[in-house]
Amino acid sequence: MSVVAASAFSSNPLWYTTRSTGVVAFVLLTLSFAFGLAATKRGLASRHWPRFATQALHRNVSLLALAFLVVHIFTTLADSYVHVGWWAWIVPGASGYRTVWTAFGTLAFDLVVILIVTSLLREHMSAALWRAIHWAAYVAWPFAFLHFLGTGTDAAHGRWGIYLDALALIFLGVAAGLRWLTSDEPSGPLRSVQRTVR
Amino acid sequence: MRIRVNPIDCKAHGVCAEMLPEWIELDEWGYPILDGEELPEQLMAHARRAARACPTLAIVLEGGGR
Amino acid sequence: MNATRVKAAPVWERRLLATVDDGPDLAVHQQHWGPLPSARAPELLSAVQASGLLGRGGAGFPTARKMLTVAAARGRTVVVANGAEGEPASAKDRLLLMRAPHLVLDGIQLAAKIVHADEAYLVLHGGTGTTEQVYAAMHQRRDRVGVELRELPAAYVASEESALVHWLSGGEAKPTFTPPRPFERGVNGRPTLVNNVETLAHLATIVRRGGEWFREAGDADEPGTLLVTVSGRGVDRRVAEVPTGIRIGDVLERAGVDVAGSQAVLVGGYFGTWLPADLAAQLPLSHHALRAAGGALGAGILVALPRDSCGVAETARVAAYLAAHNAGQCGPCLNGLPSLAGALNALATGRWDERWWPALERWMAVVPGRGACRHPDGAVRFIASGLSVFAADVAEHRAGRPCASVSSPALLRVPAVPPAWR
Repeated sequence: MSVVAASAFSSNPLWYTTRSTGVVAFVLLTLSFAFGLAATKRGLASRHWPRFATQALHRNVSLLALAFLVVHIFTTLADSYVHVGWWAWIVPGASGYRTVWTAFGTLAFDLVVILIVTSLLREHMSAALWRAIHWAAYVAWPFAFLHFLGTGTDAAHGRWGIYLDALALIFLGVAAGLRWLTSDEPSGPLRSVQRTVR
Repeated sequence: MRIRVNPIDCKAHGVCAEMLPEWIELDEWGYPILDGEELPEQLMAHARRAARACPTLAIVLEGGGR
Repeated sequence: MNATRVKAAPVWERRLLATVDDGPDLAVHQQHWGPLPSARAPELLSAVQASGLLGRGGAGFPTARKMLTVAAARGRTVVVANGAEGEPASAKDRLLLMRAPHLVLDGIQLAAKIVHADEAYLVLHGGTGTTEQVYAAMHQRRDRVGVELRELPAAYVASEESALVHWLSGGEAKPTFTPPRPFERGVNGRPTLVNNVETLAHLATIVRRGGEWFREAGDADEPGTLLVTVSGRGVDRRVAEVPTGIRIGDVLERAGVDVAGSQAVLVGGYFGTWLPADLAAQLPLSHHALRAAGGALGAGILVALPRDSCGVAETARVAAYLAAHNAGQCGPCLNGLPSLAGALNALATGRWDERWWPALERWMAVVPGRGACRHPDGAVRFIASGLSVFAADVAEHRAGRPCASVSSPALLRVPAVPPAWR
């Protein structure tokens, strides 16, 4: 293990900020993804919890995640302790430090920005285009997961990082499974009549 | 302001009925039934929010303080 | 189909069908009608205006007004001749294209001149020999505007104006959300004039003989002649040319239908309505008279139902066809029509559950007006007219006593092939 990684014990406040905001951003992105999945299910809505509430949570949690991401990136770049190139926040692979794992983070950030900007401008583009771009969420989150795995789960710091990463993966796996494998079709006494012709 | 649904884009998400229950209710299959085309002034702001919230942008607003 | 033996009584003047007995050749056409007039667009348009011609595709919209709107548009425009008869009970467009194609082809050239179009399409259904006939006719001519012949996929709603235009622009033959309507943005975004082939054929006669001549026949408010398709027991889609405003009973009788032995007449095709036979027989064949009686003229389709047929069963079969032919785009239609068809099927075949009646009424109330096109509206109107005209039978069926005539041979034609969209 490199000297740099083993020195994750540094008491540098920038380093602590970068690590903590990174974790929070990851948790928020995970929650945002879950809310996004939940917002598509008609069956989850009720009079007391309308869908626009889930939609609003998805939106606000995403924006909050972005805020934490910005701080995370800024403190990483400002911290001279690890050598992450100034372009690494947008160009994957520009970091000298843990190049591949950081690149995943860069990619995740790039995609999150695209997802958020296109969503803010949704009314000015075709609904089909917005939808097609939003599929990128299924790529962005795994990149974030991998980034966390490769840069945030040092064994020397305790195993909680790995547990958190794994927990998030299981959580979203279940959520996505529920979203894709359950049906929203209404059932009712007249289904037999409705089906007769087909 | 006139409000219409593009029935081809509409996929029965039903968010519009949540945002504008005074004007929109859902049929048994989840598709919106509008109370008419001409919206009263006090509902215009809600209608705009409902149009923005539609996942497929199927609510069409025309004219009026847009 | 009696396309080749059109019977016309001496008292009814044949205009569009004047040359039918002598063949579809250009020489025959020119001998009767003379050459295509070389008048300029404004003169042509005023002839149409003077004639008071209404569209013959079913809607009955004033043709001059439609042409004026497209003519007023800037830039390149398109003419589409709609010969794709979507109604299974109609045969007039096919007859016209087979036996008097030059009237239609003249009409296309004239319409193109009026709306300054440089692009024209003639759309029809394939598989009937009509395409070959029209091609042969086109080869005899030297027209200014090239006409592209296209075979529309077989689907009931495919010949709807916006569906037609969407398909010609490269999409599926499914209706689109309007506005904009074709006259504003049509084929490839250009203002498009869509006219039924019969309308264009009338145009070709009007510019030669004049608007006043056109008005000499038929109803004062909806002048001219009309092609009707009559069906009944022993009568399969017989096409006749009649003056507008003529008594429906007269048309039926001359076509060989036993009016006294009929219980109801379907007027306007599957997009039309059932009317009790005695009422229908007295009505003039015009848009305003039929509208006043709660019906619609549509594309001039008349089907007489014998007394020993089951109106409920016929209505249910057509409802199933209309349900199967929804474009699958709009929720109320794609859910509502199959629900209604299923209920009617149960009603007709003795499997009715009275708990379904409120649902049936609810569907009839909630489905119309909420689709991108008028297909669900027409279907519900057709079904409602059936439930009303055959009310006595409906009551029997609801009480669990379906009539013996449920098994009599089906009268209304319902194609078995599922819809195609490309």
